Amino acid sequence: MSTAATSGVRLLVGKVGLDGHDRGAKIIARALRDAGFEVIYTGLHQTPEMVVSTALQEDVDGIGLSILSGAHLTLFPRILSLLRERGGDDIVVFGGGIIPDEDALQLKEAGVRAVFTPGTATGEVIDWVRTNVPSRPR
Amino acid sequence: MSRDRDRRDATTLVRPGSKAAWEERVLEPALKKKPERDVAFTTVSDLPIDRLYTAEDLEGWDAGRDLGLPGEPPYTRGLHPTMYRGRLWTMRQFAGFGSAEDTNQRFHYLLEHGQTGLSTAFDLPTLMGRDSGDALAEGEVGREGVAIDTLEDMETLFRGIPLGEVSTSMTINAPAFVLLAMYLAVAEKQGVPIERLEGTIQNDILKEYIAQKEWIYPPAPSMRLITDMIAFCTERVPKWNTISISGYHIREAGSTAVQELAFTLADGLAYVEAARARGLDVDRIAPRLSFFFNSHIDFFEEVAKFRAARRMWCRFMQERYGAKDPRSWMLRTHAQTAGCSLTAQQPVNNVVRVTLQALAAVLGGTQSLHTNSLDETLALPSEDSVRIALRTQQIVAEESGVTNTVDPLAGSYFVEALTNRMEAEALELIRRIDAMGGMVAAIEEGFPQREIAEAAYRYQRQIDSGEKTLVGVNRYTEGNGPPPALLRIGHDVETAQKARLAAVRARRDAKQHAASLERMASAARGTEPLMPFVLDAVRAYASVQEICDALKPAFGIYREGRVQL
Repeated sequence: MSTAATSGVRLLVGKVGLDGHDRGAKIIARALRDAGFEVIYTGLHQTPEMVVSTALQEDVDGIGLSILSGAHLTLFPRILSLLRERGGDDIVVFGGGIIPDEDALQLKEAGVRAVFTPGTATGEVIDWVRTNVPSRPR
Repeated sequence: MSRDRDRRDATTLVRPGSKAAWEERVLEPALKKKPERDVAFTTVSDLPIDRLYTAEDLEGWDAGRDLGLPGEPPYTRGLHPTMYRGRLWTMRQFAGFGSAEDTNQRFHYLLEHGQTGLSTAFDLPTLMGRDSGDALAEGEVGREGVAIDTLEDMETLFRGIPLGEVSTSMTINAPAFVLLAMYLAVAEKQGVPIERLEGTIQNDILKEYIAQKEWIYPPAPSMRLITDMIAFCTERVPKWNTISISGYHIREAGSTAVQELAFTLADGLAYVEAARARGLDVDRIAPRLSFFFNSHIDFFEEVAKFRAARRMWCRFMQERYGAKDPRSWMLRTHAQTAGCSLTAQQPVNNVVRVTLQALAAVLGGTQSLHTNSLDETLALPSEDSVRIALRTQQIVAEESGVTNTVDPLAGSYFVEALTNRMEAEALELIRRIDAMGGMVAAIEEGFPQREIAEAAYRYQRQIDSGEKTLVGVNRYTEGNGPPPALLRIGHDVETAQKARLAAVRARRDAKQHAASLERMASAARGTEPLMPFVLDAVRAYASVQEICDALKPAFGIYREGRVQL
């Protein structure tokens, strides 16, 4: 695993809304960290506002959100619009969870760059992040 | 195992007919010709499994003491003398989505199709003690379960269902005291004496801190609410199961089978201790404690887990607490097949997984069972997929023949040895928790949380590397097929639910409502039993969130400590 490609890339992995299923988020956060990224895990029950504030404060390059509650069509667009409002629209947003294909399409059209569903290998997420989340100028 | 063998080799000759003799005479030549497929064979939880089990693996095991007969301590062979010959397990499909009206229709549908008990899933806002109009509820109303704000929703949920004749399970924890009060109030309105009500409320807050993470208050006031409910039900609703001590969510969060067994029983011990500290006799409260285990994919490991759980609980009740009533010794359990074992890829394969898991729960001696639906990794289950899941149970029950005799796996060298092994490993974990001062202290230290996260990560790595197989995910990945038709919950559910809540607020007696909340909050600051006050607030149409929030000044709120990755 080359850390050269990942060095300097900071990621926020978050759980947003009331959903307490944090198994996937913690596994992804740890796998990304083990792959050489700098990872901040928000913990549970974050509002979209909290996620965006943390992302801007921590100056991250990407935000990965895990939503298994079915609220993805509400929460992702809210986060994208808050990022736009607050000047963070170059932060790459991706996510995963129990998300039907047609919803994933809708989310991608709204600006979510990738949607991973159950059964995705952590390696696939790591590779995707390496290719698609550049380190932003700081 | 290997240590045993070394000792034997060093001290004795290889006995003819022994495992060692067989290994030398039969096995080794065979292995030379054709090695085994793998160097290590392990369960899904990574427990190593030997090639062959014989009587030698049961040294020190006493069939009279450790196995017994069905309906007798330590209940390894099952709680009832006739088991499923007498009565099949309760087929209890967990259901709830959208509005109370929607779920009420699903309940009627399930009862018409032969289901024998109701099981209610609440939406996330309800599970977290929040109303449908709360800011954090946005997008979540009616999605993962039914939205309940006030008594009026509960009346709708059980419309046309005679509460004196069904048994109802409610999966609710942090705000369990509110939903139980609402259920009792609906019974009152139906004219059913609450003494007659039968059912179960999950009410297991400890596993929320450990695994499912839907909490409101810190552990101490949460335990007070639970003991209040136990005390109230013991007096007034004697047939109600006051807690469903749940390993299910612990397993779904990624634990091993042994961790599930150990943490669940340790939670049970903590509830017994809390009730005893309140002056309640063990034989008054233990008969109404029930359990809820996961039935995962590793068939024999699961069977062994159920059997070990019954034996361990019986001994804890007898030896640790001196329980005298046989009903206190009996670990009654619900089981559900493992949602986390199902795959979004090739979802029809999930029917096969669920069948194996249902069979494991039945051969493990469960009292009731939920079988998951094939489309659950994609969305809430559709009516068609729920029917297949129920049919799966009916086929196991009425076609397979496994119900013809009691505990057919008893006496299998492997099953008994695995049961012993799971018991021993779980006891070791419980000893560590005891040494920390019990489960509440262990949770505060983050011990079970850490152990589970570690196991979940290890399993994911084994899947990623292909060390463990998940059909359709890391092997045999061709042929995903067309996606099944999914159940969709529209945003209109949320809008309509908010409007209903607003209408109740406008209609209810504001004075009665405010006074009931006031009295409850003041009782919470003291040590009075809270349930009568909660009932009054519910009758005054106070909402779930209004009631939960009114207790926050006295109880505080829980925040998870820093999560270490």
